[in-house]
Amino acid sequence: MSDKTSLRQREGLIFERSSPGRVGYQLPPLEVPPVDPAKTIPAELLRGEIQELPEVSEVDVVRHFTRLSKWNYSVDEGLYPLGSCTMKYNPRINEEVVRLAGLAQLHPLQPEDQVQGALALMWELEQALIAITGMARVTLQPAAGAHGELAGMLMIRKSLADRGEHRRVVLIPDSAHGTNPASAVFAGFDVVEVASTPEGTLDLAAIARRLEGGDVAALMVTVPNTLGVFEPEIVKAAKMLHERGAFLYMDGANLNAFVGIALPGKMGADALHINLHKTFSTPHGGGGPGAGPVAVSEALVPYLPVPMVEKTGNLFTLSSDRPKSIGKVRGFYGNFGMLARALAYIRSLGRDGLRLMAEGAVLNANYIRKGLEGEYHLQYTGPSLHEVVFDDSLQAAAGVKNVDIAKRLLDYGFHPPTMSFPLIVHGALMIEPTESDGIDELDAFIAAMKAIAREARENPDLVKGAPYGTPVRRLDEVRAARQPVLRWQARKA
Amino acid sequence: MAQPTDRLYTKTHEWVQIKGGEATVGITQYAQEQLGDVVFVEVPAPGKQVAKGGVLGNIESVKAVSEVFAPVGGEVLAANGELDGHPELVNQDPYGKGWLVRLKAAGAPEGLMDAAAYEKFVAEESH
Amino acid sequence: MHRYLAGEDDRRRMLAAVGCSSVEELFKSVPAEVRCGELALPPARSEEEVRREFWALAGRNIAPECTASFLGAGVYRHVTPAVADALLQRGEFFTAYTPYQPEVSQGTLQAIFEFQTFICQLTGMEVANASLYDGATAVVEAVLMAHRLVPNRPKVVVAGSLHPDYRAVLDTYCAPQSLTIITVPADPMGRVDAATFAKAVGNDVCAAVVQSPNFFGVVEDLPALAAVAKSAGALAIHAVAEATSLGILAPGGVFGYDVVCGEAQAFGIPAAFGGPHLGFFATRQAHMRQLPGRLVGETVDSEGKRGYVLTLSTREQHIRRAKATSNICTNHGLMALAATIVLSLLGKKGVRDVALASHATAEYLKSGVGGLGPGVRLAFPGGPTYNEFLVLHDDPDGLLARMKEELILGGVSTTRFGAGLTRGFLVAATEHNTRQDCDRLLDALRRLA
Repeated sequence: MSDKTSLRQREGLIFERSSPGRVGYQLPPLEVPPVDPAKTIPAELLRGEIQELPEVSEVDVVRHFTRLSKWNYSVDEGLYPLGSCTMKYNPRINEEVVRLAGLAQLHPLQPEDQVQGALALMWELEQALIAITGMARVTLQPAAGAHGELAGMLMIRKSLADRGEHRRVVLIPDSAHGTNPASAVFAGFDVVEVASTPEGTLDLAAIARRLEGGDVAALMVTVPNTLGVFEPEIVKAAKMLHERGAFLYMDGANLNAFVGIALPGKMGADALHINLHKTFSTPHGGGGPGAGPVAVSEALVPYLPVPMVEKTGNLFTLSSDRPKSIGKVRGFYGNFGMLARALAYIRSLGRDGLRLMAEGAVLNANYIRKGLEGEYHLQYTGPSLHEVVFDDSLQAAAGVKNVDIAKRLLDYGFHPPTMSFPLIVHGALMIEPTESDGIDELDAFIAAMKAIAREARENPDLVKGAPYGTPVRRLDEVRAARQPVLRWQARKA
Repeated sequence: MAQPTDRLYTKTHEWVQIKGGEATVGITQYAQEQLGDVVFVEVPAPGKQVAKGGVLGNIESVKAVSEVFAPVGGEVLAANGELDGHPELVNQDPYGKGWLVRLKAAGAPEGLMDAAAYEKFVAEESH
Repeated sequence: MHRYLAGEDDRRRMLAAVGCSSVEELFKSVPAEVRCGELALPPARSEEEVRREFWALAGRNIAPECTASFLGAGVYRHVTPAVADALLQRGEFFTAYTPYQPEVSQGTLQAIFEFQTFICQLTGMEVANASLYDGATAVVEAVLMAHRLVPNRPKVVVAGSLHPDYRAVLDTYCAPQSLTIITVPADPMGRVDAATFAKAVGNDVCAAVVQSPNFFGVVEDLPALAAVAKSAGALAIHAVAEATSLGILAPGGVFGYDVVCGEAQAFGIPAAFGGPHLGFFATRQAHMRQLPGRLVGETVDSEGKRGYVLTLSTREQHIRRAKATSNICTNHGLMALAATIVLSLLGKKGVRDVALASHATAEYLKSGVGGLGPGVRLAFPGGPTYNEFLVLHDDPDGLLARMKEELILGGVSTTRFGAGLTRGFLVAATEHNTRQDCDRLLDALRRLA
């Protein structure tokens, strides 16, 4: 059991470190004549020094952020089995290459002849993602998965409008990630939720019935689904949609389960977003940045956001000559820094390594499933791919909920699984180990979960009071929501 | 658990008490238990017209949002201003100080349950 | 096997435990019709080979570091303290996830709380979120928030001096929302005239968007434009593309704007060929529950210790789903941390010094350009600017190409942004540009224009 409170200072806010006269940075001396802005800009548009900004030294800053960092659990520390997030190892060679001045310092508006290497990099990544997905082309513009969903749904909308159709409805299974309906609404659609089958999969009969109305633009689906189970009828679903002139949007959050094994292009996907910060190892950064490229079928190619990288001979260009494009979904061309990291990762693993990665992800998840079956309840018992969703119903009799199990797991030195998602499993614990860890780490995790199951039986109050060994104990989220304090303020004198 | 008999109940766990053409609406003990600690209540402005079964407002806990449906239709007369600073009243006193909205009832209540019927309904739902 | 994966023995033992003789058995549920053969990709590469490939890619670019560079137009090269990247490379920060388990994420959560505070201090607003993707999408989120707050008004008025890319993204997002965007063009001074603005902002307008300093580098009359928006009952939105300008320019918060949002890349975030950058969003307490994106709030733990958590989460997609204030999930957390570190290092004095130095450097260039003659002249000589200005020229691409031969990246040609803009180039200056750089630029303009 880890005791994270020892040898740790109690670090306040950076503003609380402030002391008049401290400086943290020095500019080179000004060589041009100094200018008083009051002489060049109207006075009412100016401000003086911002009094509330802190005054701290460089040492203060290093101490402060180093101490803060030690309060974080991270992938570098241990297993981080957050289902649906794919918390795999973030390779350091990626960090090195992305910092090369010839990549990191490039200004996006430099003329194309000055940035051929950057354009080549984007081209290579697009080609690699085409090979991995079996789709026709890929836009690298979206900054995250949800952003990709929005772009994909906008492309579908435009394609329909091009045909003179304005179908309003998007079908989304009740097991879907919340970004799916949110993105569909932002793209101007109405969402109709489709209940999953008792096995937790797509209800094709219900979808077929709904398609008869002629107002369905698309079905948004995750493969494998959010239970970690492959959708057995995905090809049939795609055919049904296409016959009715509707589209299949695929949420690629679970791509780690089948890279090198299966192709979304063969499943009939029309648009698929790829989370580079999940499957392709770009770091999660405490909440991004990510990148959400969208691969599309031939039907949607004309609608891709501009610009796209095109290759003529050995020359790369940024082409905005796409009259049917949905336009731009963000400034410039994409989260280039994350695109570069993903390409480095794809190169490091290569064609065989990527398949071994998916195999490892699925094997690790199944190993954990085997280890925990019987200790925790499994609502949906279909074959698991890269993640498995248990729930707290065996522990609920003693009043121990998934939240309590999660908090107690912190005391065992592990980050908990994803909780309470998908919504179709009450008290869910979604475990996705990824392929990064070997048997020792998984065994330690299984042992911890078993110990907690035993504690839930023999000493439920212990579990309900967890965590004990973390830098802070359980936090009062009710208070945070009832009395929001969202910034530091100087105490009034 | 005994529900107050001086009011009627819906299948979506609201209660309504009608006096002199004015309907006071709140959520039940069961509802507040399911919701957990209430952190915010969103209610409509006075003057708004709501149909029976229409969305009257939202109640938020930390991890969930629940819609409140109008047991009867009508015009919103007042919302419980106390809930702004004290949303916990919905948990502490759902039938009294935790009331949500007062409506000018558009008609007589229909299709609602009395206390006994609601108790039975809740007992069945929890299984 | 591979260095990022478990080994053969791990695999053998796990297969035995799950009762499979091969991994293939675990993929039984994946039908044959969707299977693929070997991926059409090169084989696994060692680190050294990956390095070589990336050195070669980097080598085909011209890094502004090797030149005198005056590029702006939405991306600015400012201080890059050595300490910032050193701290960002701590695995505890960059390999952590979204702080859903606050007890083991206090590092991330407290840093975001500090970021939110810095943004409030810079913008003069009451509440700020944990970041958005970039300036363009930040402006979009502001307009969509305005549309939610004032739902019966289908129009948005946008200053013609808004960055063309921000405008393009706004067009993309507004199309499915049936929002009509009206543009008020800049006047001959390079700014939006308040009277003209007032004619456009009627009582069918939910949002009025002004960027300052604007795309041409000119400082807009923020108070006058806010007054127009407020009197029409529209939400006033101040967009910022050069965040260091907030070191000497009064922000929208001072003038009653409802939202101050935009791009904070200028606070030490690498240009990185366009991303990842750092969208920021700040608003009034009254609009708190309509705010898009993540929010960190202060609270206490069960022992009364101060701590931080994600809060007001019911606004967000994972709870509100179709009715969320935004679809955003992953944002730009690590970039927010980067800016927080840089802002901490700069502090009260540094934020002002950077702005003063940038302004002084630009003024020096402006006065130099002013004396160059008719072929190269300031577009808006009378308009106040912060650190960027538009220079008119008949063949900006040709001129910039000739300057590039002398290792001077003199600016961004307006031809990059479509046919509607006057031909010329935007010149941006920061504390990064030395006097020697500046004199070289002026000398080159004198000779080559």
